[in-house]
Amino acid sequence: MTVIDVRKDPTELSMTVASEWDAPVARVWQLWADPRKLERWWGPPTFPATVVEHDLRPGGKVSYYMTGPEGDRHHGWWRVVAVDEPHRLDLEDGFADTDGNPDDTLPTTRFTVTFVELPSGRTRMLIENRFPSREAMDQLIEMGMDEGLAEAMGQIDAILADS
Amino acid sequence: MVVDELLRTDTERTDLLFHALADGTRRDIVRLVLEGEHSVSDLARRYPMSFAAVQKHVAVLERAELVSKHQRGRERIVRGRIDAVRDVNRLLDELETLWRDRIQRFGDVLAEPDQGDRP
Repeated sequence: MTVIDVRKDPTELSMTVASEWDAPVARVWQLWADPRKLERWWGPPTFPATVVEHDLRPGGKVSYYMTGPEGDRHHGWWRVVAVDEPHRLDLEDGFADTDGNPDDTLPTTRFTVTFVELPSGRTRMLIENRFPSREAMDQLIEMGMDEGLAEAMGQIDAILADS
Repeated sequence: MVVDELLRTDTERTDLLFHALADGTRRDIVRLVLEGEHSVSDLARRYPMSFAAVQKHVAVLERAELVSKHQRGRERIVRGRIDAVRDVNRLLDELETLWRDRIQRFGDVLAEPDQGDRP
């Protein structure tokens, strides 16, 4: 149950996290497919997630919000680009407004999750994060560039924690 | 010149940075010169394009401050500038922390017995 590898490619604007689990593929898949399980690991304890809609079919939508310490709600969504149970999930991840509608002014990231069955009932899970456009990365970077250090970094933390 | 530098905003710099990284050949050049310096003519031999075209790519990268150019004898040497890649790296670092935390919680949830197993 560990992260075994993290690869970052700044020129391709991508990052891949590899992890291995002492559980069969079907059980690992359930943590994505079961909204009650998903909401328990998606958000940090200080910003727990609540999944509102959960349709893991191609073109389907998953919407959720995270509740901050002040009761503040931060909405986000996934668009299901492709799904091949229990081997692969291809998702677009974005921000939403207070009504849960996708906010087109904020950047989206794309991530692909691949599940590989290993011998003796183990599973390898690969999560590849990609910034789909120059603009998306541009905007996220800008959020960190134009502010004075610590405060801005805290804001990015919060923004990224919401995504 | 100094005034130009001061007036150039972060937004403009970011635009230049991403314009520069939007091209596959330029990304490849950045990767190469971050590993070690190369002359412009050496770079030109590596790509199926004219010397002038490679020179243009290097100029775009130089404006984005991803590489720097130095004269050495009759050669122009191109070096990568780590500091420009740093901003991209910082975001990827944030993203790494986010996912490491998530993976940890993922493990906690996975370690619990299935509700179906113990009603």
